[in-house]
Amino acid sequence: MAIFSRETRTGYALLAPTIAMLLFALAAPLALLAAYSVWTQNALTLDTHPTLAQYAAVVTREGYRTLFLRSIAVSSIVTAVTVALAYPMAYFVAFRVSPRGKFIWLLLLTIPFWTSYLLRVFAWKVILGFNGVINSSLMELKLISQPLEFLLYNPTAVVVTMSHAYAAFAILPIYVSLEKIDRSLLEAAADLGDGAFRRFMRVTLPLSLPGIIGAAVLIFVPTTGDYVTPSLVGGSDGVMIANLIQVQFGRVNNWPLGAALAIVSMALIGAIAVFAIQAARFAVARIR
Amino acid sequence: MLSLSKHGGRGRGLMAYALAYLAFLYIPVLLLPLFSLNDSLFIAFPLKGFTTRWYEALAEDEDMRAALMNTLKVGASASLVSTLLGLLAAKALTKAPLPGRGLILGFANLSLFIPEIVIGIALLILVTTVGIPLSLFSIAIGHVLICIPFAVLVLMSRFEGFDANLEEASRDLGENAWMTFWRVTFPLVLPGIVASLMLTFIVSFDDFMIAFFLSGTDTTLPVYIFGELRFPYKLPNVLALGTSILIGSAALIAVAEWVRRLGPAGGSANRPIGV
Amino acid sequence: MAAPSDFLRIENISKSFGDTIAVDGVTLGIARGEFFSLLGPSGCGKTTLLRMIGGFAYPDSGGISLDGEDITALAPNKRATNMVFQSYAIFPHLNVRDNIAFGLRSEGLEADEREERVARALAMIRLDGYGERRAHELSGGERQRVALARALVKRPKVLLLDEPLGALDKRLREAMQIELRQLQREVGITFLFVTHDQEEALAMSDRVAVMEKGRVLQVADPKTLYEQPLSRAVAEFIGTMNLFEGRMIDAAGGIASVETALGRNRAPLRAGGKFCAGARVWLAIRPEKLLLSRDAPGFQSVPGRVVASAYLGDRSQFQVAIGGLDRPLIVSAPNTSGMARFEMGDDVHVSWMIDGPVLLEQ
Repeated sequence: MAIFSRETRTGYALLAPTIAMLLFALAAPLALLAAYSVWTQNALTLDTHPTLAQYAAVVTREGYRTLFLRSIAVSSIVTAVTVALAYPMAYFVAFRVSPRGKFIWLLLLTIPFWTSYLLRVFAWKVILGFNGVINSSLMELKLISQPLEFLLYNPTAVVVTMSHAYAAFAILPIYVSLEKIDRSLLEAAADLGDGAFRRFMRVTLPLSLPGIIGAAVLIFVPTTGDYVTPSLVGGSDGVMIANLIQVQFGRVNNWPLGAALAIVSMALIGAIAVFAIQAARFAVARIR
Repeated sequence: MLSLSKHGGRGRGLMAYALAYLAFLYIPVLLLPLFSLNDSLFIAFPLKGFTTRWYEALAEDEDMRAALMNTLKVGASASLVSTLLGLLAAKALTKAPLPGRGLILGFANLSLFIPEIVIGIALLILVTTVGIPLSLFSIAIGHVLICIPFAVLVLMSRFEGFDANLEEASRDLGENAWMTFWRVTFPLVLPGIVASLMLTFIVSFDDFMIAFFLSGTDTTLPVYIFGELRFPYKLPNVLALGTSILIGSAALIAVAEWVRRLGPAGGSANRPIGV
Repeated sequence: MAAPSDFLRIENISKSFGDTIAVDGVTLGIARGEFFSLLGPSGCGKTTLLRMIGGFAYPDSGGISLDGEDITALAPNKRATNMVFQSYAIFPHLNVRDNIAFGLRSEGLEADEREERVARALAMIRLDGYGERRAHELSGGERQRVALARALVKRPKVLLLDEPLGALDKRLREAMQIELRQLQREVGITFLFVTHDQEEALAMSDRVAVMEKGRVLQVADPKTLYEQPLSRAVAEFIGTMNLFEGRMIDAAGGIASVETALGRNRAPLRAGGKFCAGARVWLAIRPEKLLLSRDAPGFQSVPGRVVASAYLGDRSQFQVAIGGLDRPLIVSAPNTSGMARFEMGDDVHVSWMIDGPVLLEQ
């Protein structure tokens, strides 16, 4: 087998178990998902004649469209908020902290990233609840006489909760790209006459764009398809696409529809992400 | 962001922001331990007094204990399998000349970019089609999948700090392939293996979505907690449980980070995971 | 070029990586106890050849034999060769003593014999007392010595060295060159040394093989290589050389007449060199063999002007532009001689003795 060297063949052999696992647990399921999306569930039987009926249903039903729009709106806001809040934090650690301090700050910022997502959402349920932390503190302080009802079980609650729960995801990518910036570039810009603000706008910001884009994608993609948060704090007003999908696999038992919904969601999320990335690059390339 | 344009106070302004941000990150979560020691069924201010009865109740909760055991079993097996797979893959990806390396790496990390709900339902479809019953085993399969990217990432960073000549030197000095692995490769990669085991364990332990779709009668802790959230009188118990989990995982993460940086091949391993 | 009595024989070895030919039909014979260097620019195949001798790469064709045994397909741990890697490859998780002792485990020695060898090795590299230190606590030069000791302690038949002095600064490098040479003479082991630095190869070796693009251009001792290069490639690679083209007119009594841009010149015919009237040849002459004078001397010379000069401490180097040549001649003169008094802009005559130039056919 002169096509591949001995080293290459050994490499592929080492990779084989992992690839096999991934083909079984990732590629095959996704293929099956696609297959289900063109089938139909008739009461108790699964009709496997290929049809686009599910996709038609997804695209035409009014209620679904609202749901898609709401999911995208919620995650767009969450993405914008988390990235905007995370940027100065990442900038601080990259530019203002000593090398030894960096590790501690990053560790402190990474720990929440690893704790249970479920618990973080639950914490907010507890905070925003009718008898929850905010309401009881405001009542104790005699600022309100009745608990506020608008805190929980609506899209706003979902946005607030997600912005907190996903905050940690945004920091690291932005930090990495800021850290990579060659400091001598900033010195050169200063030498050539730029003040702090212009240096930031003309050098730091454009060069940290990959990190910003990375953070945005890292947040936008999972939040659009998030199940736990709308389920715990969204109520009936804050239902998002994942809840609808889950129900198809639960009591409604319409797997083909659920599969079609899932695929349409992924396509939509992917398209928006790609578009946003291109738009961001275009805008920043205009900076002179 | 515009605070950067201020002179003088710029440094302090940013520091204040950073501290406020940390507070924002931690305080909501810190409410859990706070109220888990509160002598009241209601998660509300004012605090009613110190108690450990929720923790005591927790210790006696049979269902919780069963769920915990299940989670530990699944976590242990998923972390072992994914670390092993990650070890083989990381060695190949960093050391062998592989056409299509980029594609393979992308494929290995793909599960990070697909929403969990999609992975959950796809796996559900898979196990029902193939005929695997919903059980701890099916959950473990799903967890191995989502853990692989983390194992590969950690172990690749470990291998990258590894001089390619070291194994050749060992062969040159008389050792065969197996002894070379034991005397040179394994000791140098060990901190990475330990870190990978710990991290993948946490990923499996904390997972809700996959377990939710793939559970049969035996369920894991996160799914159990989710179920308990329907009952208001159980909330403080859940708080006690949640607090225990938080402290456990924070400690485990700190230790995993420290271990990963250990040993001679520090180098690129000297940054927290994912950086 | 390879005789059956050679200790290490490399017979028509070739190796390609995909479309690139790294080593192209190389045949070499190395004698026991020799300090032999492979010299050439990066990419010439010298490291690939070394790795094949060590067992880290396998030739596509050809054979290697060591002390009468065919080792072409043997695994590296089964060969009586040991390598000092360019990166030193000191095991970071072991201290100096354990590094040096590493290869002794597979030799089946008693514990006290192992310790004795390690102690002697540490003394030989003058790092007694460094036994407990780790790689990151050692300087580059110290690590290099540990790598050396680690390989030598196994008493290989051939020691392979892959540009071991490349990472050291100039002063240390020159000191290590002398040390390595002395060490080799002491232990009597055959050294096969790879380098791109021709001064280094000339200073240390018994013989040098000059390589380019996977082929061996010439194998000779340093003096022969310097004074009698066989080709332009070798001539230009070793030291500085003035080269100019010409046409062979005739030859008599071992001396050839060559027509060049500088007029008719005479140069010795190489022993066994062919004489072909009208053949295209090159005259190669070393800078230190050119003589500068204000007036034309009695023998062959050309007029020119000094366009650049550099004072190098022990000697001065001049560039002299000559009408008819597109590149200036490089002349080197010791500062103790009278020739070094010339300056930029001076009109001079450049001359040389008959045995100065070397005739090259290619």
